[in-house]
Amino acid sequence: MADAAAMFEVVKPGLATTVQDLGRPGYYHLGLPISGAMDRFALIAANRLVGNPDGAAGLEAVFLGPVLRFVADAVIAITGATMPPKLDGVEQPLWTAFAASAGQELSFGYLKAGARAYIAIAGGIDVPEVHGSRSTYALGGLGGFEGRALKAGDQVKFAAPTGSPRLGATIPEDIRRNAPQSGTVLRAMPGLYWHRITEESQGTFFEDSWKVAPEADRIGYRFKGGRALDFVPREPPFGAGSDPSNIVDSCYPYGSIQGPGGTEPIVLHRDAVSGGGYFMVGTVISADMDLIGQLQPHQPVRFESIDMEGALAARRDEKARLNRLAECLGS
Amino acid sequence: MKTRYSFGGDEHIFVEVDEEMSLEAFFKSLSMTTAIREAGIDGITEICPANASFQVKFDPDVIAPEALMERLKGFEAAAENAEKTIDTRIIEMPVFYNDPWTHETLMRFRERHQDPASTDLEYAARINNYPDVESFIAAHSGAPWFVSMVGFVAGLPFTYQLVERARQIQVPKYLRPRTDTPRLTVGYGGCFGCVYSVRGAGGYQMFGITPMPIYDPKGERSYLKELFLFRPGDIIRFKPIDRETYDATLAEVEAGRYEPKIASVQFSLDAFNADPEGNNAKLLEALDG
Repeated sequence: MADAAAMFEVVKPGLATTVQDLGRPGYYHLGLPISGAMDRFALIAANRLVGNPDGAAGLEAVFLGPVLRFVADAVIAITGATMPPKLDGVEQPLWTAFAASAGQELSFGYLKAGARAYIAIAGGIDVPEVHGSRSTYALGGLGGFEGRALKAGDQVKFAAPTGSPRLGATIPEDIRRNAPQSGTVLRAMPGLYWHRITEESQGTFFEDSWKVAPEADRIGYRFKGGRALDFVPREPPFGAGSDPSNIVDSCYPYGSIQGPGGTEPIVLHRDAVSGGGYFMVGTVISADMDLIGQLQPHQPVRFESIDMEGALAARRDEKARLNRLAECLGS
Repeated sequence: MKTRYSFGGDEHIFVEVDEEMSLEAFFKSLSMTTAIREAGIDGITEICPANASFQVKFDPDVIAPEALMERLKGFEAAAENAEKTIDTRIIEMPVFYNDPWTHETLMRFRERHQDPASTDLEYAARINNYPDVESFIAAHSGAPWFVSMVGFVAGLPFTYQLVERARQIQVPKYLRPRTDTPRLTVGYGGCFGCVYSVRGAGGYQMFGITPMPIYDPKGERSYLKELFLFRPGDIIRFKPIDRETYDATLAEVEAGRYEPKIASVQFSLDAFNADPEGNNAKLLEALDG
């Protein structure tokens, strides 16, 4: 009986609020990207706070939070960007599980840090699975809530909780993460078509300070402000196209840094285009992908060169952080 | 053909089989990805073939990156000597060339084009030395196409025409990409054709539109239960249709009654190289027979 009304209604949708879980691997060879939370750590933390499995579907809200009216009682937790949640106008703590009663309205204050907030509800958002995931891939109109971002008036169901929410449980400050307002460093492994640019440009790419461009979304983040990259001269290979930044269309790794025209690098993210005809200078390491999801436009960023050994060490650090999360929640 | 291996961060290995496009490079890439898939290597999570390259995604917690790289290199020699024959399908795709919808779109983005005074078809015909648009369309639809990659967005086929290199159509992409492309536009960039599976941004020249959906996010169409129609290795025949046939086909599509014409064929690269036209004629016979 309660289940029938286990839902919330979207009063205001926010800027682009989508249903996301940990993604839909396995179809990239057909052009379907993994999707899922851009900041996976934040979604996992929110899920654990409300007693959900790590891969339960929650909401990802970017820059501006939604206003949701709960039709049934719910336990919720909000992590990621510092966008203070409010219940009927009363501020609630971030990175902490709290209860919302039927009829209450969840809203958000202005964004103070980061870019994406994650809203987990005990039980998880109940939309149909498509190819094993509830994530939204908006470009292809697939998954999530009707394949798109939420709109005012949508009624979104959540499932019955399976675990035990940890009401009042909170995640200590030191393992929360937000993109710092300055001094953000993205570690990248040079490679792929790195040899296409001159030695001088190989230097300036890592020396220069870049800024997140306004064109930054779930597909990719564009950066501007660094010096343009110069190419090693060549005869265009058959099928590549005449521009020196063109290649014979290939796959694009997640996190790969492409440089159309050699000017503004783009880092592909969870809704990546799976391939195309632009050269790539290298790839942001997996441990720094979450961080990109918390970058705001105009934020300054530097790329730092790292080798495989360093990338694997960073990966172990991320694992350790997840383990600490488990320890402090006693799970 | 010089094959190059590179790490794409800590989770991908990128293999460029050749810097330039050729059917030989595509077949070598396909042979390697098939052999790697069949080897069932622990830790590999995705294998993505592309035109003249491929990519393997892996979990470095399961297999050490350097060890996987060495294993992948081990497949190269066998792929070079593998028989370049595949059992595949030929699929007919009706195309309304020079249609009003891509025309309206290309006129809206004229300032981003190399030659604002021509249409995309007029421009492509001219720079490929065809006397007029009609003869260009005849060449475009006259020989079948290989699906050499599926990607960019969900279910989008990149196609490579089965003709000798001297006859390959080549067209640059738009100077600056459009922000809009009608769904199911038949496009062209570099030496590749494509069919836009969804509406959105795009940089390829626009030649026409097909009424036949190739991607269904809900999996409701009879032939799109798996959401995507195309797989690398499929062969496509573009069949020119007029407005009347387009409208009639679209009505069938909308009523949920449309079924694409598909036939099983075998494609051998050696047989093709020995006699491209004769080999193509045989492929097309399978559809018409």
